Amino acid sequence: MNRRSLSFWLGAGLVSVVVVVALLATFWTPYDPLKLDFKTRLAAPGWQHWMGTDELGRDVLSRLMRGTATSIRISLSTVFLATFFGVLIGALSGYLRGWPDRILMAINDALLAFPGLLMALGLLAVFGASTSGIIIALALAYASSVVRVVRGTVLGLRERDFVRASRVMGNSETYTLLRHVLPNCIAPVIVMATSMCGWIILAESSLSFLGLGVAPPAPTWGNMLAGSRSYVSQAAWLAIFPGLAISLALLGINLLGDALRDRLDPRMRRRV
Amino acid sequence: MTPSPTLLQIQNLSLSAGAGKLVVRNASLQLAAGEIVGIVGESGSGKTMLSRAVMRLTPHAISRSAGDILLDGQSLYAMNERQLRAVRGPRVAMVFQEPMTSLTPTLSIGEQLLEGLRMHLPQAREEHMPRIHAMLERVGLRDTQRILSAFPHEFSGGMRQRIMIASAMLLRPALLIADEPTTALDAVVQREVMEMMLELTRENGTAVLLISHDLPMVARYADRMVVMKQGDIVETGPTAQVLAAPAHDYTRQLLRTLPQRRAPRQIDRTAPLMSARDLVLEFGGRQRWFRKGAPARVLKGISLDIFPGEVVAVVGESGSGKTTLGMILSGLLQPTSGSLRYKGQPLLPGSPGFKDYRYNCQMVFQDPYSSLDPRMTVQALVAEALRMAEGLSASDKRERVQQALADVGLGGDFATRYPHELSGGQRQRVAIARVLVRRPALMIADEAVSALDVTVRAQVLDLLAELQQRYGFSCLFISHDLGVVEQIADRVIVVQGGVIAEQGTRDAVFDQPQNPYTRQLLDAIPMLQATPDGGVHLRWRHAEGRTNAPADNAAYPA
Repeated sequence: MNRRSLSFWLGAGLVSVVVVVALLATFWTPYDPLKLDFKTRLAAPGWQHWMGTDELGRDVLSRLMRGTATSIRISLSTVFLATFFGVLIGALSGYLRGWPDRILMAINDALLAFPGLLMALGLLAVFGASTSGIIIALALAYASSVVRVVRGTVLGLRERDFVRASRVMGNSETYTLLRHVLPNCIAPVIVMATSMCGWIILAESSLSFLGLGVAPPAPTWGNMLAGSRSYVSQAAWLAIFPGLAISLALLGINLLGDALRDRLDPRMRRRV
Repeated sequence: MTPSPTLLQIQNLSLSAGAGKLVVRNASLQLAAGEIVGIVGESGSGKTMLSRAVMRLTPHAISRSAGDILLDGQSLYAMNERQLRAVRGPRVAMVFQEPMTSLTPTLSIGEQLLEGLRMHLPQAREEHMPRIHAMLERVGLRDTQRILSAFPHEFSGGMRQRIMIASAMLLRPALLIADEPTTALDAVVQREVMEMMLELTRENGTAVLLISHDLPMVARYADRMVVMKQGDIVETGPTAQVLAAPAHDYTRQLLRTLPQRRAPRQIDRTAPLMSARDLVLEFGGRQRWFRKGAPARVLKGISLDIFPGEVVAVVGESGSGKTTLGMILSGLLQPTSGSLRYKGQPLLPGSPGFKDYRYNCQMVFQDPYSSLDPRMTVQALVAEALRMAEGLSASDKRERVQQALADVGLGGDFATRYPHELSGGQRQRVAIARVLVRRPALMIADEAVSALDVTVRAQVLDLLAELQQRYGFSCLFISHDLGVVEQIADRVIVVQGGVIAEQGTRDAVFDQPQNPYTRQLLDAIPMLQATPDGGVHLRWRHAEGRTNAPADNAAYPA
């Protein structure tokens, strides 16, 4: 097994564990993740509670499982939305150039100038703090960097001879864009999308921390991590397990993304 | 020639790229003081690696597996880094191919020239200055004070290469390694720079190791020639002898690739297939603060006709407008003014003949590494050209694609490969097949063979000529390489500064050039002519021994 397929299988393994856990948690968790039990507050990991309990005596494992579903849903939908619109606008902007490009870029640069989180905060004030609100707000905040990257790539590809060749052949601009330009943008887009997954999970936790994320008591990885802050010296497991979950999920997504990028690139598939 | 002391001795040198792969195999070579030795070979022949080894500057992945290099009898491989630094520069200097990248963009020319002197000589900064000024004047640059405070981007390629040569020669090295020193330059400038460089080395008694793929150039200037192929030195000898009686098959093969003129063809020049009248193209008129800048005129009124079945060559230096002309004729650019006609009909997007034109006038680009979509197979690339073909069934199309691939010599399993799995020559064949599959009326080839190695270039050129003969399409062949043009063209158009300097049949233009610019272009390239006994002999096309005029001068306005 070479290094590339190793990273593919490792990534695929981690991601499928996350998905299975998320699915499982919708039917079953060892305990009710919302049930308070003041007799076992801040219990260390053990046979009763594998990952211990939190300051309100809730089972950390159960909350982590339930949180998986929420966090992954938010992260993936946001990435999908941000990438879709980012690619669309970036590609149009780079391909059309001229005044559409200037207008789109002026707006986009203005968006980029705001810190993503600040923007999301403002948007959440408009949309209200709900799961779909978070998704829309974060997607808007992160799409602008996708726009920049895709536009730059398209501008470069546009001057390549194979795009000129397509035009000389008489192919329409739409066809040329879809057939020759976009497929060649895929590598930077995948890299961006996979690293974005991580930012989003963290951004969601920051929003939760500020009280604008998923409303408590519903668990997400982010708000579990945020909530562990005051107890980290007495009960390190409150921070360790959500942190570990985030890291492993991101590792999986990134490995899978890299493998996917290579798999989609004919230059990496076979060598002469 | 009087025997001079041996300066450089390469003894049975083998360079390994790891895993038993040798990039240079058992190479032996001697260089006497003041001698000019040329190494010719195609890319991958190991000529550059061999020359880098003389400076001990081979990449990390390359290691010496056997042999030694002696400079003045001292082994370079026995030296430590400190000793090597005393060799690099003062004893052995190097001029690289790419003058655009071999000067540091953020340091002034003066700083860069001083750097070498101060590293190796004890004097103070001021004491070096007269020497620097003298050297810059010597390499044909005027206004040296201004040059010293200027930055590399302010100079043309030819001037940068002069500066590089000045910088290399400042320390009066015993050996100058020149790796394709003029390949990136225009033909006219090539000859000037080359002759200036060799005059300068002759004055200083510097030996030159001249590395090039350009056989006529090496033949013209080198005392001795070394021919390399895939890491082996296949032939060494005095230049005249190697040319007149090549001993090795590969040398003979190289000599055969030299373009030969063919018998003129009869072309029916009654109704042009495509014609252009008074094409003008202006760029820019860039908006500055409060006023519009003057537009740059790239084409200043060019008219030409291309007749059915004719190969028309457009030649000129870079910046002459020849590529722009090709882009207008291929429909990639709209002229600022002027008109195009196709089969007698005015050509405008949307006009009745436009669809016919768009389908039947196709283009082969210069760089085969950029002109093929890296994500498509050869089959898909060629088939794409038939996407809009009318009246062809799916199986007809498949057959056509197969036929086109077979025509360019890429039958069999090539169809399923991707561009990165092909060599440059094979890629260019795919690009040709992509045009051919449409059975075009006109093929516009913009420097279509310039990026290829000599033997591959000859093959692709032969292929083009043969296909043109068989399918009878017209061809607009844009090139800076007069040798190639001489081989393939029926008619030649010389473009200079956006206007046509001269045009006529190939024989008329090559044998009796009327325009001084054409003459200058022809003068700039040496030509090797086949002799009946299998060798070649060298001649300039016109008067040899033109004085080395100083270059157009001073820093260009940025």
